[in-house]
This record gives sequence, structure tokens and C-alpha cells, in this order.
Amino acid sequence: MSLTLLNAIIAVVIAIGFAALNAAYLVWAERRGAGRIQRRPGPNVNGPLGLLQPLADGAKLMTKQLIIPGGADKALFMVAPVLAMAPAIMSFVTIPFSDVIVARSMDLGVLMIFAFASLGSMSILFAGWGSRNKYGVMASVRAVSQAISYEVPMLITVITIVMMTGSMNLHDLATSQAGGFWHWNIIPSLTSPLMPVSFLIFFICSLAETNRAPFDLGEAESELVAGFHTEYGSMGFGLFFMGEYANIVIGASLITILFLGGWGCPFGLFPSVFWFLLKIYLLIATFIWIRWTFPRTTIYGLLNLSWKILIPISLFNLLLTAGLLKVF
Amino acid sequence: MSAYFSEIFRGLQSLAIGMGITFKEFFKPVVTVSYPMETIKMSARYRGHIELIENEEGEPKCVACGMCQRGCPSGCITLESTSVEYQVEEKGETKTKKKKVLSKYDLDFTTCSLCGQCVESCNFGAIDFSKEYNLASSRKEDFHFDLLKRLKERNS
Repeated sequence: MSLTLLNAIIAVVIAIGFAALNAAYLVWAERRGAGRIQRRPGPNVNGPLGLLQPLADGAKLMTKQLIIPGGADKALFMVAPVLAMAPAIMSFVTIPFSDVIVARSMDLGVLMIFAFASLGSMSILFAGWGSRNKYGVMASVRAVSQAISYEVPMLITVITIVMMTGSMNLHDLATSQAGGFWHWNIIPSLTSPLMPVSFLIFFICSLAETNRAPFDLGEAESELVAGFHTEYGSMGFGLFFMGEYANIVIGASLITILFLGGWGCPFGLFPSVFWFLLKIYLLIATFIWIRWTFPRTTIYGLLNLSWKILIPISLFNLLLTAGLLKVF
Repeated sequence: MSAYFSEIFRGLQSLAIGMGITFKEFFKPVVTVSYPMETIKMSARYRGHIELIENEEGEPKCVACGMCQRGCPSGCITLESTSVEYQVEEKGETKTKKKKVLSKYDLDFTTCSLCGQCVESCNFGAIDFSKEYNLASSRKEDFHFDLLKRLKERNS
């Protein structure tokens, strides 16, 4: 076995471990956070502060029987949960956690992550369609139309950033913002005065891309039972869940790298992986906070927000930045 | 055009206000009562099933007049009494008198609607609502209360 292959395998194992650990304890954080916001304690029975709750949940999910509904498309049904989890793990490979901690630094890292993120909506489509359930189909139609309409402003924003930096390598994107928060992309500069707006657009799109409230139209319990994973139980459901939380971590990592200076310290001191983790967990806390603040939007409101507000503004920002880059 | 931007601005503003509210709620103390481990005191006007009230000697205040039984619209109260002879000193001579003593007071809580007619009709303040609410059971017999027995158990 060649050394590079071994490296890749180790990287993937670490990525899976990181994703699984995050999924388990983000669920815990989410439930505790939701509890605090609604002035309840949240899970607090299993272990100190309920810290053993994710283990209990995991054991429950793993020991349950995997049921495939009659008339379901077996291949699609089985492949969908794997497809929800695998792209998320793949994306971890190219995310740089610090100057040296990166499994494989790719020149087209940004492109790769967005390509795999699009595969995520494929898994939702497969799950809804394959389980032969009308709620599943309706949910997947919604989720896919949502994914399509939110990838457009997201990618336009990314193009703006890539234009400013001149690189699609995530490592280069982060190092270009090194040295203090005034170098970060979120701070408006001469060439891109609308950067805070871009950040907001990217943030909203990440929420929508990860199918989280208030944009969780794909799993709207009030009208679609459980949405695309209605027919999934046991670890099939568990994989969807882990995939969702892994996607949240990736979304937060991307926001950190693209806008918040990656692993750089806000004051230009000691850039390291801790700053990166601090930033992504602050962003994830904000995601949780948003989820338990706002009610779910309607599908029309969701699409209107994207096509009428986010896309025009991000396009305008792209043109403005392009023009200013040409001038200066 | 200005309407478009003002709508976006107002939308963002309302989102920020919402986030502010949940942020404040996050740091407020938890109001949950972990029920079996901790309970809250029931309010003074809480209506549980009725309970006999005792006098200073620990005997029921009830004189077995039967007003509660008659007042009950659902007929859930059954009471019986025995007459007991007792002696009193009156104007220098000992007299034997009779009085009614409560011997049985059964409440059929399965048909009780907690209307409170019995408590209202009692002239002696001998019955009152209890604060009991842990009354789940799968057997009908568990809701037939012998209130006299409960009073004795309470005193012992």
C-alpha cells in the first residue's frame, strides 16, 4: 500500500470520526439549546448534563430493525441514506482546519465542496422517490427546488470571493485573510463595499442548503409527516441525521474560511486550529439559535426570498466587485 | 423600488428583534418542574376529591346529617351513622342522651364531577376538597374511597 493511499484512508477515518462525534454532540447541543430557549432543561437524565444521551440515541437507532416498505424502490431506498452521509464526509477531506491540518489541499477545493453539496439534494430526491410515499415525493420536490434556488446566490457569492482572492484553493482563501479581523472578507474593503451583505446572503443560503429551520421545508412535520425520511427508521434515519449535522459543520467551516479568516486570530496572534473550531462552533450555535427562534417559512416565501432578493443582490454585488477590481 | 428595500430592511429588523427575544430567554431560569422528583404546592382553590375534616379531638366534625348525600347530583356519597348514648351533667342530675356518630362515609369518585355541592351544603365545615391529584389507576375500585378510614390513617 502506497503512502498516499494510506494517508487518504487515515484522513477519511478521521473525517468520519469527526463527523460522527459532531453529529452526536450537536444533537445534544441542539436539544439543550432548544430547551434553554424554551425555558426547559432539555435532556438531563442520562449522565451529567445529559451528556450520555447521544450514546443512548445511537444505541437505539442501531439496534432497531431496518424496514423497507412494500413497493419501495429497494436500490434507491438503500442508497439514499449512504448518499446523504458520503458527500458530507468527502467534503471534510479538503477543508483546512489550520495551516497544516488538511487531508488533501486541492486547487479546486471550493468547486469540489459545492459539487458534493449538490449530491446531498440527490439523496433527498432518492429517499423521497424511492420510499413510495406521497409525503416523501412532495418533500423531495420541495427540497430539490429549494436546493436549486439557493445554490445560485450561494455560488454567485463564492464567485465574488474567488474573484477577489484569485484562487479556488480553500487554504489560499484562508491565508489571504491572515492577520487581524480587518483583513477578513466580511469587512467591506475598497474593492468590495458590500461584503457584509454577501456574508448575510451566504449565511442564509447555508441554512437553506443544510435544510434547517426556518428553511426545513423538506421535513415539514405539520404537513408532510416527516418529509423525505418518513419511511426511514433505524440507522437509515440515523445516517440522514448524521449527514444533516455533518453538512452543518461543513457549512460553518465554509463560512469561516470564506468570510471569517479561517484559522486566523481576530488580532493577528497565534493562528491555530483552535480559532477555527471556536469560529465554527460559534456559527453552529447561531444556527441552533436561529432554528429555535423562527417559524418555518412557506415554500412560496422561501422561493421568493431566493429569486427576488438574494439572487438580484448577489448578482449586483458580483458586478460591483468585478467593476471595482477592474478600476483599482 | 424603495418599497422593495424598506421591506427587506423591516424584515431583517423583525428577525433581529426575534433573535433578541430568544437570546434573553436563553439566560432566564428554567421553569420545568421534574414532576415525580419535585412537585409544586397546589393552589388554595384546587379541587381534589373531598376529604373529611377533623375536630380538636381527631374525630370527624361530621354530624351525619346527610346534607351532602342529598346535595350530591351524581349520588357518589354514601354515609351511615350509628346512634351512641352518652351521659351529661345537667342541673345537678345525670342524663342519658343519644347522638348520631358517623360510622361510614364512602365516596365513589368515578362519578364525581367535583361540582362542590357537598362542600357548599355542609353546615359544619366537615368536608373540604383535598389537594390530592396523583390518582391514576387501572382499577375502578381504587376510586371508591372510604373517607373515614382515610381520616384515621391520616391521624395515626
